[in-house]
Amino acid sequence: MDAGTVAPGPGPRPGPGVYVHVPFCASRCDYCAFATWTDRGHLMEAYVDACVADVRRRVADGMVDAATVYVGGGTPSLLPAPALARILDAIPRRADAEVTVEANPDSVDAAKLQVYRDHGVTRVSLGVQSTRAHVLAALGRTHDRANVDRAVAAVVGAGIASFNLDVIAGADGESDADFDATLTDVLGFAPPHVSVYGLMVEPGTALERRVAAGDCAPPDPDVQADRHLRADARLTGAGLGWYEVSNWARPGHECRHNQGYWSGEECVAIGAAAHGYTDGERWWNTPRPERYVARIGAGRSPVAGRERPDVAAAALDRFALALRTRVGAPLADADPGALGELAAAGLLDVVGDRVVLRPAGRLLASEVTRRLLPTPGRADDRIGTRYIGVPG
Amino acid sequence: MAGAGTVPGPAGDGDAARSGENGGVPRIEQYRSFSIIAHIDHGKSTLADRILELCGAVDPRDMRAQYLDSMDLERERGITIKAQNVRLEWKDHVLQLIDTPGHVDFGYEVSRSLAACEGALLLVDASQGIEAQTLANCYAALDADLTIVAALNKIDLPAAEPDRRAEEIERILGIPAADVLRISAKTGEGVPELLDALVARVPPPTGDADAQLQALIFDSVYDPYRGVVSSVRIFNGNLDSGSRLFYLQAGRPHDAEEIGVRSPGMRPVPRLGPGEVGYLISGIKDVGEARVGETVTNAAARGEPLSGYREPKPMVFCGLYPVDGDEYAELRESLEKLRLNDSSFTYEPETSGALGFGFRCGFLGLLHMEITRERLEREYGLSLVATSPNVEYRAHLVDGVMTTVDNPSSLPAPNVTEAIEEPYVTVTMLTPTEYVGALMELCQQRRGEMTKMEYLSEDRVELVYSLPLAEIVMDFFDQMKSRTKGYASLDYEPAGYRRSALVKVDLLLNSTPVDAFSAIVHKDKAYDYGRRMTQKLRELIPRQLFDVPIQAAIGGRIIARETVKAKRKDVIAKCYGGDISRKRKLLDRQKEGKKRMKQIGRVEVPQEAFVAALTLDD
Repeated sequence: MDAGTVAPGPGPRPGPGVYVHVPFCASRCDYCAFATWTDRGHLMEAYVDACVADVRRRVADGMVDAATVYVGGGTPSLLPAPALARILDAIPRRADAEVTVEANPDSVDAAKLQVYRDHGVTRVSLGVQSTRAHVLAALGRTHDRANVDRAVAAVVGAGIASFNLDVIAGADGESDADFDATLTDVLGFAPPHVSVYGLMVEPGTALERRVAAGDCAPPDPDVQADRHLRADARLTGAGLGWYEVSNWARPGHECRHNQGYWSGEECVAIGAAAHGYTDGERWWNTPRPERYVARIGAGRSPVAGRERPDVAAAALDRFALALRTRVGAPLADADPGALGELAAAGLLDVVGDRVVLRPAGRLLASEVTRRLLPTPGRADDRIGTRYIGVPG
Repeated sequence: MAGAGTVPGPAGDGDAARSGENGGVPRIEQYRSFSIIAHIDHGKSTLADRILELCGAVDPRDMRAQYLDSMDLERERGITIKAQNVRLEWKDHVLQLIDTPGHVDFGYEVSRSLAACEGALLLVDASQGIEAQTLANCYAALDADLTIVAALNKIDLPAAEPDRRAEEIERILGIPAADVLRISAKTGEGVPELLDALVARVPPPTGDADAQLQALIFDSVYDPYRGVVSSVRIFNGNLDSGSRLFYLQAGRPHDAEEIGVRSPGMRPVPRLGPGEVGYLISGIKDVGEARVGETVTNAAARGEPLSGYREPKPMVFCGLYPVDGDEYAELRESLEKLRLNDSSFTYEPETSGALGFGFRCGFLGLLHMEITRERLEREYGLSLVATSPNVEYRAHLVDGVMTTVDNPSSLPAPNVTEAIEEPYVTVTMLTPTEYVGALMELCQQRRGEMTKMEYLSEDRVELVYSLPLAEIVMDFFDQMKSRTKGYASLDYEPAGYRRSALVKVDLLLNSTPVDAFSAIVHKDKAYDYGRRMTQKLRELIPRQLFDVPIQAAIGGRIIARETVKAKRKDVIAKCYGGDISRKRKLLDRQKEGKKRMKQIGRVEVPQEAFVAALTLDD
């Protein structure tokens, strides 16, 4: 795909994305709210078997060749490389498919990456988060700066064409200088892709408990805003173009799989807790790995719940997701009354027939969406979804 | 305050009093009518229960604690809001016990209840001594020429100091300490003697059965099944069941559908004669037509109105708004219903930019306001927000016109106003000696002028201050209680209007005034008010897409300013796979929340922020 050719809306793509969830971690990071377990190592082989069986079931049901594959977690790199390879090999995909694997800097090495490469991985996403030791400690991460150096070298050495470095902004104790230093270090690796996420305090996490107990400060949204703008300036300056709220890439290195989420492409979900989107339905697999394994083993569907967004909900999804990207949202769908005010406030531009967020507006995408998408005239302007099936 | 002593009518001729049902009817000399005057918690209700029991009116097994306080609120607060009455028999005499409202806001109602009596039983806690409101009601009883029978209660408690308290009563009221009875309403000790003393000391009523009917309404309650039930005291003439009546103040005729006495259950009788106390039902649907102080006479042969009638006059005002704007119609209906039972509060529709549609309501006082609001919430299931209470001001305009202002936001502009007057009250406080300094300091802060300070005993002081009513309605009572550990008591009565250096402070949100926060305050306090409110609002108003200045202003002059800094980030960092539904739900919730937002100019403020700003105390 060329630089900048982001699919502007729902349209035919030559195949779905496939998301594979790997719910295993060596340890849980303090901020993490994902479905992942640190004590299920014994399940790995059975789990991989189940994923493979699930893929075959989908293929038998008519799944066409995947355009993108994304293996996320959890920590996919914690799986033995041959196990991961078995899943990848099971997924039928186009020759030009983008295949991403998430990895922790301290759980990948040259040998693993070589296996990934040999089984079609084109892209690795490394959870760097920070290069400052005390910030990493505050996040509950187990790796250090040296791990990052080695991991990036190994990725490049393995000949994997594209990689991403994840950065988290706004951890307790992170100063502007710390964040700047992390950016400098990250840019030092000449990454084709960087994601910068403002730290969020998710319910049920260790971080939430620490914040609630007053042991650490909650992220300051103003500080995060400053960091975002700082990151944007530095990354853009280094040739990585902004293309979604938290993502920057060199031309041609945008993550096609993620772009699929934002442009409404279909996605097949494999693995526990994975979310899919097919035939206008959003659905999700049972979150516990044991149950996923058991269901697949029993020949049953692992899908635990579905929702079919109604017309308004689907329109909201479409608008809100597009607005988060550099493509922008359709001008025709935006409330003209709100548009002028938001433009005057420096939050957005109108570019042709699209509404595109400016840097300050990206940070306020939720409010901007709310203002641009009024739903007048409906007695009940709740965005409706019809739930089909109950999580099991 | 007018009392029974001003009631016209010839002296009674005892033997003519009754033409009733049977030969055993009591003669007028056998009646004794009295009220109990007591402070909260001094044992009035317990004593009433004991009297009911002793007189055989209530079987002890059916005894419900505090028989007379029938409203839930009355039981909870330990106060009587509505007057009740009961007819009892004691040793060949008929006792007519009239329970008076026990709070400062209901002074007029107290005066009418007292007007229906010849005597008053002053009940004082033997350890705490007499309190300010008790004293005020006692003075009212003396003004009404009532005979006071004083009793010290709770003598069974170890902390009781009956000798000292009796001397205090003698010093304050001139009742010889030796005449002060000592009882325990709880154990019943001394209560029979008390009843004997009431019979012996309180004079019988007087009245002319052959004169034209004059019956005083001293209470009216609305009963959903029977309409208005009024409590009446007959001064002259006879009130006959089925007769055609005329209500002199309301100017309306009604039929006496049922008359009767409470003993304590309602018991219909064919006739009530001079000196008798009972109830009257005449098909009225609105207590406003059977007001306290009304004189009822016969339609055919009308008597003169009894003196002392007064229209209830609201002293304290506030805006009442439904928290949920959809409940406006319900609020209006509830106010209508409540007014059927309480003609002393007023309400008028008003609109607030901040709070939407609501009502400006007037009350006799703070407690009356609180009770009314609580009843609306409790009995009618409404959720309400009340603006800060204010008093009624008089604005004298440069063109000579005087206008009254019961809503601060409608005060005329300074350039057309020559002077503003505010209501003053005379405040009487009784306090233990050690808190005198604290109370004086409080009164000084509240612009008070001392008019009297007197030692009632070596450890108790009476302080009398002239204070703006506006200062009283601003949490004065709570401050007094906290500064005196709850030991001081207070009473106040209106003392006319005075000119004051008052200004209106407006609160502006992004240059748009927020009417609900406009306040009329003394100029020396304007800065303080402005600073406090701007700070409070800054904490409560959520950040917007732009900086929002919050200003306090007098006319065009800004006296305080805070800024709600623009919101900079609300975006969800990650939006992949399963995040999409989550994000949609979040946006959905935000949209829902926006429906409850009030738009003040360009600023969106959740209703809750206004509610919090109005209810939060510093």
